[in-house]
Amino acid sequence: MNPRAENRGAAIDLAKVSKAYGNFKALDGVSLRIEPGEFMTLLGPSGSGKTTTLNVIAGFTDVTSGSLLVGEKSVVGVPAHKRNIGVVFQHYALFPHMTVGRNVAYPLALRGIAGAERERRVRQALDMVKMADFSHRFPSELSGGQQQRVALARAIVFDPPLLLMDEPLGALDKKLREWLQLEIKRIHRELGTTFVYVTHDQEEALVLSDRIAVFNRGGIEQIGTGRELYDEPATLFVGKFIGDSTVLRGDAATSGGETAIEISGQKVVTARRLANGGRPVMLLRPEKLALARRGAADEGRNRLAGRIGEAIYLGSGSKYEVDLADGSKAIVRSTLEAQSFAIGDEVDLLFSGSDVKLLADDDQADLTLT
Amino acid sequence: MEMKPLTRVILGLVCVLVAVWLVAPTLVVIPMSFNENKSLAFPPQGFSWQWYQNFFTNPDWSSSFLNSLKVASIVAVLATVLGTLAAFGLDRMRARPATVLRMLMLTPMVVPGVVLAIGIYAVYLDAHLVGTLTGFVLAHTILALPFVLIAVSANLEVFDRRLETAAASLGAGAVTTFRTVTLPLILPGMLSGLLFAFATSFDEIVVSLFITNPYLKTLPVQIFASITRDADPTVAAVGTILFCATTLLIGGGMLLLGRERKGRL
Repeated sequence: MNPRAENRGAAIDLAKVSKAYGNFKALDGVSLRIEPGEFMTLLGPSGSGKTTTLNVIAGFTDVTSGSLLVGEKSVVGVPAHKRNIGVVFQHYALFPHMTVGRNVAYPLALRGIAGAERERRVRQALDMVKMADFSHRFPSELSGGQQQRVALARAIVFDPPLLLMDEPLGALDKKLREWLQLEIKRIHRELGTTFVYVTHDQEEALVLSDRIAVFNRGGIEQIGTGRELYDEPATLFVGKFIGDSTVLRGDAATSGGETAIEISGQKVVTARRLANGGRPVMLLRPEKLALARRGAADEGRNRLAGRIGEAIYLGSGSKYEVDLADGSKAIVRSTLEAQSFAIGDEVDLLFSGSDVKLLADDDQADLTLT
Repeated sequence: MEMKPLTRVILGLVCVLVAVWLVAPTLVVIPMSFNENKSLAFPPQGFSWQWYQNFFTNPDWSSSFLNSLKVASIVAVLATVLGTLAAFGLDRMRARPATVLRMLMLTPMVVPGVVLAIGIYAVYLDAHLVGTLTGFVLAHTILALPFVLIAVSANLEVFDRRLETAAASLGAGAVTTFRTVTLPLILPGMLSGLLFAFATSFDEIVVSLFITNPYLKTLPVQIFASITRDADPTVAAVGTILFCATTLLIGGGMLLLGRERKGRL
């Protein structure tokens, strides 16, 4: 949300929204409140329901059950062309028979805005995406990134209180994508409208969003800021989807407030326990793990034996993949100052129990990630 | 790969030969139309404009020419409208019934013209449609519609339906979307369908021979009648006029299209 721009965005309220195609539930009771002017990202793997949610808000798909409010008014049954919502598509969807200028003027013409006022607003929208010089070109004469900027101008030129974006940068290469991410952030700040952004790229979600809703199998796993999702994942799926992670599985035992997991005869302990049952697994972030030569003394921390499987130099530090005794892999990130290791080195993986996230196991968390 | 000079020469020669073979019959007609004698012998003798004069003054020729223009124009419009609607319907139907229906609608292209002509003739006798404008228009539309269907379907195939979704998101209802987005983008297909429909009707002879009568003749019927009755070089004059007209029409169309394309690049 942007305190500087006047708040012109619409709130969105989805309550228990379901969408079924025959027996398949594309959305299964999704509830989500998006605040006016917020940048909300719907993040998830393909088929998780994020795009269906966007289509439901846009009016391209009708809901099977549930309620949907945009700007505190129900829009269930209202056709897409009467919702006044801007949409940016992954495939640009510019009209090939119209120039850039006429594309951007199209929604204004439909709203009866003509003459100098139309010209002014077209120019203003094209200025905002830095495409003013291309007004007389046809879409086929533009690069992908340029086309998407025109599409963005066309979607904001009629001042919609809500802008939906469906993987708008999915077809572009990495450098261009990173630059356009910053452009989109800037435009959101300047407009002050509500943005709903669909992506499967968790880094993109972290860069752009005020809050992120993580989708999986037609439902929302967790809603929160990027930091909340990274530091306090509510489910194993979220923990694995956002950022790198190491998952430790094994026979678990709880006593008092402590949970212990045994991995190939070695016991790791954390002073936490699962609130509501389930088989506990431990999730660790790469920067919370340390490496030491086998047998080096460091008491008072958890210790697991392993061997360096892959060593990657990143410039700002190093990333290691450590093969553990039970066949699983740990991912460790270390700073430049830390001791470096080579592939094949026998090491100990060290971490303190307080850095462990204890989560209920989810057999399908791995499957849905691929 | 660089071509050897000899290969290039041989290839060029073959191309020239094929081109001559394709154009020769047309080129034979032109000199014949200026023949001084009433004969279709080739090479012609002397020079005269009399056969052109005959075409414009003899009511048999001018009325059949106007009839053909009238029938072909109505058929072109009717077939384009119906064919476009059919193409749309098939495009937005489920795949399996659409395939069957499409094949059904294309049968007039595959069924031998004579077979079709006999069927039409039998029905027209009962319905008193022989020798009527309505009769010609209906029969020719049957033959022309598949061409429109094919041209518009090919255009719809490459038409991105997501553009309609985009138009809806920008505030356009179904009718506005069709008028401003869909129609302009399938217009090339419709226009080529229109041209094909016109041409199909204009030079249709087989069915026309069956359903004509002395009161309503189209130009191909008149040409056929003339050439079987006597060796009148007026047919050569008609052929030359048609040749020049179509060359101008198609050449002009290609020039226009080319200019538009260039304008967009």
